[in-house]
Amino acid sequence: MTARRRRWVNVVMAALTALAALGTILPLLFIFGFLVYQGASAINLDFFTRLPKPVGEPGGGMANAIAGSLILIALASALGLPLGILGGVYLAESRERRLPWLIRFVADVLNGVPSIVIGIFAYTVVVLSMRRFSALAGGVALAVIMLPIVLRTTEEMMRLVPASLREAALALGLPEWKVIVRVVLPTARAGIITGVMVAIARVAGETAPLLFTAFGNRFWHQRLDQPIAALPLQIFAYAISPFDDWHRQAWAGALVLITLVFLVSLAARIATRGRYSAVR
Amino acid sequence: MIAGAARGDRLFRGFARGAALALILLVAAMVVEMGRAATPSFRAFGWRFLVTSTWDPVAENFGALPFVYGTLVSSLIALVIAVPLGLGAAIFLAELAPVPIRSPIAFLVELVAAVPSVVFGLWGVFVLAPWLRTWVQPALGATLGFVPLFQGPPYGVGMLAAGIILAIMVVPFVTAISREVILAVPNAQREAALGLGATRWETTRIAVLRYGRSGLIGAVLLGLGRALGETMAVTMVIGNRAEIAVSLFAPGYTMASVIANEFTEATSDLYLGALIEVGLLLFAVTVAVNALARVLVWSVGGAVREVRE
Repeated sequence: MTARRRRWVNVVMAALTALAALGTILPLLFIFGFLVYQGASAINLDFFTRLPKPVGEPGGGMANAIAGSLILIALASALGLPLGILGGVYLAESRERRLPWLIRFVADVLNGVPSIVIGIFAYTVVVLSMRRFSALAGGVALAVIMLPIVLRTTEEMMRLVPASLREAALALGLPEWKVIVRVVLPTARAGIITGVMVAIARVAGETAPLLFTAFGNRFWHQRLDQPIAALPLQIFAYAISPFDDWHRQAWAGALVLITLVFLVSLAARIATRGRYSAVR
Repeated sequence: MIAGAARGDRLFRGFARGAALALILLVAAMVVEMGRAATPSFRAFGWRFLVTSTWDPVAENFGALPFVYGTLVSSLIALVIAVPLGLGAAIFLAELAPVPIRSPIAFLVELVAAVPSVVFGLWGVFVLAPWLRTWVQPALGATLGFVPLFQGPPYGVGMLAAGIILAIMVVPFVTAISREVILAVPNAQREAALGLGATRWETTRIAVLRYGRSGLIGAVLLGLGRALGETMAVTMVIGNRAEIAVSLFAPGYTMASVIANEFTEATSDLYLGALIEVGLLLFAVTVAVNALARVLVWSVGGAVREVRE
């Protein structure tokens, strides 16, 4: 191959890979653009403050679904975060060899298990034993999805804490657990919060595991052992309905959901950036 | 004081270890609980469940073949589109792009991965499917219509729509993991190739991609795992018909979508058991794919660690 031809191949491949990168992010622009175009007109105060109207009556909103999603996320966080963070601490600090490897492996595999399968699990454990769909079952399903994400990011963020900090604290005579709780965890805090936000962004949009756990609800939510509405569920129900007005609401709901998810992702990114610069 | 500290350490270590072990218990419980709920279906159909294609809730006769077929074909279409795009984007982001634009584009790719499945589905139903019906499918039928894959009436919704939407959803995962793998390749590899006078692309091809090959295969497998279990977007665009059709224009059904659609309608233990068995099958397949993928991705990271030490 001549030198000119090799340079030419180099340029062509750079252009092709650039096109691939463009092709990867282009759908994002298409989808977001369409959401704004279709959904913005249906977003108003009613959307955030009213209950859904019956079929045929225009107007109404998704207030109960938005509240329901927030309740479900809070519930999932309450169940999943303590376990995930504590498990991450174990992975980062343990001096055992085999068990941490196994747990890391199981966590990564669980992270790849389809969310609908996790929904079935929550159904068999919570719904079958309580004999009804409930917010609790939805929260359990989402907590299982959050767990491996929080576990692994906590571990990774704790590993970023410089050994010198740890050694300084130990040299002052602090017991190991106090070093972890008082020195290592606070230092890794921004990173761990990032992991938590990534996990929240992930479960906020989950629909499949809620279909037969949280189930959905057209009214305000009363108790944790009753079915509860969620924004993704409502979007799904409206999207597959035959009514134009509901389609508009689905677009609006999707716009709200995706804005929420993007804001959380952005916040997570900014938090991490601050963290790394602090280390440097 | 010293003894107290030691006890505190033991207690704390026990707690943390317990939390980590809870994860393993959880996965074990998933297998046991789902296996128990699927027992009526195991008993009634045995292995026949996997190879028969009748799905008749009225007569309570169930076979999962159409769903297995739909899942495999839609995921395959997704990979055919997503692998070149994802690998190309990863190479661009890790090796060839100007440094200042790498991080912003990587963030945009992350955002694509963060878009909820139901939002992709909504877009698929109202934008992608009509576009396929009016433009793409007639054009494909006119030019490649002699291939059985591209025959039949253009519905818009169907296997092709499902494959395309899956591809869009899977690409960011393939990109992100491939990029990590490429970044894990030691710089000495690149420097050696560059030092011999290779161009950037030649360096990438000879020194980086070959070195990271097993990790890149792992990245593709992780994408496959995502595609196999993706539920909402596929359910909304695949047409939901439990038939095996050769044409990609025809509606199909996947394992995940049949669970999503019929789970709350399943009234008898046998019907529910059959759906949960489909779920268990999906679980087994995705666990196998993910486990293999992890081992491959870790092998590159592990190799890097060896070189450094």
